[in-house]
Amino acid sequence: MNQELTTEEKAALKSIAKNLETFNKQRGNLIPILQMVQEHLAYLPSEALRMVAEYLEINACEVYGVATFYNQFRFHPPGKHPVKVCLGTACHVRAGDIILENFERKLGIEDGETTADREFSIERVACVGCCALAPVAIIGETVHGHMAPSKVEGLLMRIEIEKDIAKREKEKSESEQT
Amino acid sequence: MVALLVNDREIEAKNGTNVLQACLDNDIYIPHLCYLESLDLPSASCRMCFVEIAGEDKPATSCTTLVRDHMVIKTDTPAVRRLQRTALRLLLSVHRVDCKNCYAHKRCELQNIAKFLKVGLKSKPLNRYLKDTDIDEDHPFLNYYPNRCVLCGKCLHVCRNQHGQSVLTFANRGFNTVMSLYAAAEAPSPSCEDCARCVDICPVGALALKVNQEASIHHPTEK
Repeated sequence: MNQELTTEEKAALKSIAKNLETFNKQRGNLIPILQMVQEHLAYLPSEALRMVAEYLEINACEVYGVATFYNQFRFHPPGKHPVKVCLGTACHVRAGDIILENFERKLGIEDGETTADREFSIERVACVGCCALAPVAIIGETVHGHMAPSKVEGLLMRIEIEKDIAKREKEKSESEQT
Repeated sequence: MVALLVNDREIEAKNGTNVLQACLDNDIYIPHLCYLESLDLPSASCRMCFVEIAGEDKPATSCTTLVRDHMVIKTDTPAVRRLQRTALRLLLSVHRVDCKNCYAHKRCELQNIAKFLKVGLKSKPLNRYLKDTDIDEDHPFLNYYPNRCVLCGKCLHVCRNQHGQSVLTFANRGFNTVMSLYAAAEAPSPSCEDCARCVDICPVGALALKVNQEASIHHPTEK
């Protein structure tokens, strides 16, 4: 389930190890510690879970059990373009689950996961406050209302194209400078 | 010692025992899945061991009720049976009923209880909700079958009793709850192969030793 850690994350793990020592070695501190770890890393990689388990002298599986119980903990790094699909009442009625399914199929990941290149992550949310636009999906900061299964591919393609354009412009400005 | 009346039969039990244990000791069967004698605080999570106690307006879980002198208990009232049948049907609605291919066939507690309560193994009228993964093979010695598990937690308890800490845990929530062998897969405790207490205690066929799986039989009593 785990992806390779980036170098920044490895550095963050070290500062987490230092931070751990400010906590008492009590089982009751498990959730505050996990929250601290997630604040540093934005998610809980298995390396971090094992580190916490070692520090509190409990089994890693117990840490995993507690962490999976709470919605606030995530096990995959957030993508550069987080896709949030609304499954609130209005979006549910307008078949938001089909939109979610489409994103999952197009990106090849499940809800709560992140693509291997860390570009996209899918999350289901419950109401984003614009029920009149149902079904709604949010990609990055942009709200896309009146979603349809056929629009999913276009939206993802647009992000790819925008990325390409930005890359080309960067190359162009670099070549002009030299 | 206290005396209590169960189904019009007088039985004796030690002070401090619970009603379920007292009944079982006297050959009065009450369906149950999650109860173990070694539990300090029974969780009553299987919702099976209901009995009706005179003077109380609702059926109570017998594993969490301590015996009192002159208690009058009925184990087979319509209200009790209704609760038990509903609990069983709910369990069956998330259970892969494929008894022929399950090694626990004929010594499965779910089958026994279904027979006792006269409930068919079909989940009718409830929908069947199965998890996507049928088998979890991450652990080097154990296989786990999420769709057979009744989440009684007995494996967790015996593992903790034996090793101080359990390598099993409940993971996720709601319909997605499973027993997880997380991390045990990466750093297997060598004792798992020889211990297998979790496999022996499992009331259904949710845990199995890999070795025995290959031979496709597992009879803990004959080991």
